[in-house]
Amino acid sequence: MKILVAVKRVIDYNVQVRVKEDGTGVVTDNVKMSTNPPDDNAVEEAVKIKESGKGKEIVAVTIGEDKAQETVRKALAVGADRGIHVKSEGILEPLAVSKILQKIVEKEKPDLVFMGKQAIDDDCNQTGQMLAALLNWPQATFASKINVKDKSLEVTREVDEGLETIEVNTPAIVTCDLRLNEPRYASLPNIMKAKKKPLEQINASDLGVDIKSRIEQIKVEEPPKRKAGIKVANVAELVQKLKNEAKVI
Amino acid sequence: MSALLIAEHNNKEVRPFTLNAITAASQIDQDLHVLLIGSKADEVAKTLANVPNVKKVIHVDNEIYENYLAENFTPVIVKHAENYSHIICSANTFGKNLMPRVAALLNTSQVSDIIKVISPDTYLRPIYAGNAFATVKSTDQKKCITIRPTSFDPAATSGGSAEIVKGEAAEAFQQIKFIKREEVKSDRPELGTARVVISGGRGMQNSDNFKLITAIADKLNAAVGASRAAVDAGYITNDHQVGQTGKVVVPDLYIAVGISGAIQHLAGMKESKIIVAINKDGEAPIFSVADYGLEADLFEALPQFLEELNKLNTIQK
Repeated sequence: MKILVAVKRVIDYNVQVRVKEDGTGVVTDNVKMSTNPPDDNAVEEAVKIKESGKGKEIVAVTIGEDKAQETVRKALAVGADRGIHVKSEGILEPLAVSKILQKIVEKEKPDLVFMGKQAIDDDCNQTGQMLAALLNWPQATFASKINVKDKSLEVTREVDEGLETIEVNTPAIVTCDLRLNEPRYASLPNIMKAKKKPLEQINASDLGVDIKSRIEQIKVEEPPKRKAGIKVANVAELVQKLKNEAKVI
Repeated sequence: MSALLIAEHNNKEVRPFTLNAITAASQIDQDLHVLLIGSKADEVAKTLANVPNVKKVIHVDNEIYENYLAENFTPVIVKHAENYSHIICSANTFGKNLMPRVAALLNTSQVSDIIKVISPDTYLRPIYAGNAFATVKSTDQKKCITIRPTSFDPAATSGGSAEIVKGEAAEAFQQIKFIKREEVKSDRPELGTARVVISGGRGMQNSDNFKLITAIADKLNAAVGASRAAVDAGYITNDHQVGQTGKVVVPDLYIAVGISGAIQHLAGMKESKIIVAINKDGEAPIFSVADYGLEADLFEALPQFLEELNKLNTIQK
């Protein structure tokens, strides 16, 4: 099977995000950026499938400014075969991203498209489902276990009530949960080798899709702060406070 | 134009977050219709018709809808979308899976997980795991919105008398098959709607130690939560996870035990009314959001906590 994996460059998950004073967004200058964490799981799963002999080629794709290439290089360093960087400026909404990915899918004709279930910057959780809709493919979202069969996948999904299992015929979209696997680290030799793997550049504007923004961001602000609490000395004091002060038990 | 809300249910009962979504949807447009897609879900239709905020229930009944699959629900919603300005559902795993598929086919840029309706086209939503709030305005003609259920009160379920009309089914999607759903049955309240939540983290050390948590949960009639670390380590099942990629909870009382308080966990609980943290590391970030912090070994504190609770004459349920 040929697998396309979509990866996004986001502010690293360990960074304490700060809101810009002018309310136009969050501070990204001189802030550590990384691959969106569940996208790492998507890459890892594709590599595992290839290693099991069921996968043929892995193509990693990202969309964004020049630096977004780092995420593709990282995917190449852990086992993707080649990369695609769709160049674009500014923030793209998931609808625009899925339209771009649709064009890439039409060109690459993968059997599977993997990506993280949600990006930890805009927290939208939309792109995989939208891409599935545009392609009229089945979608296995929030996957925590994947069993590759001949022309289908059996996928265990994490849902509010517990776990759900579905079978999707290929071609299909899978959005990956953090529990799907444990992403590996790239070794130094593999990082060096990845620099020689092919990475194609495409301009988003050349794809002929409407990617203009439909959502106006009016302002970004700090969430209300919680008032600092107190430390209690022992359990008895805690229970007394909860009973008589907070009145919650 | 009116708003169309997609109901979540199990063919017997309305899932509770549908009621929170109804409250939000009726703030967007008072002429609110509910689309119920199911199999032999007549009782659900009646329940929805009794909700005072609901003006009409459109009931699409077909056996292909016995199990919810976004691939089968989407064409039905698109078919009914024509007369509506807004398509709305809750931002839990049901709506997160479903709405983007609908939005893409309607060529609409979806607004996910709103926590406040500012006007019919402008909403407040958290980004970066709740570390920033964005005010956004949708310029699409037809808007697709998902609602963070815990940010809106559930709608009343009696006193309404909406008409129930039949809606048209669509063709089944052939490339997907539902196999099974493993629901974790529990006598405790649901995590998303419980008044009290007690959660354990990596500090619990193993699944057996969660008994210390469940004993207190039983005493307080609380739901049991967990950090991602505890779920990843296999101490407890995924349906208990609270956080950015798990569930968002807003109980009156949230008790975090052995949880350090990563940004991703705080995203799921920091709007709780009262937060208690029990952790032996006095520097743990969880203390920065806690109203009451107890720096203690949880293996000593939890049995004492239960003992103190047992001494109380009354406990709010």
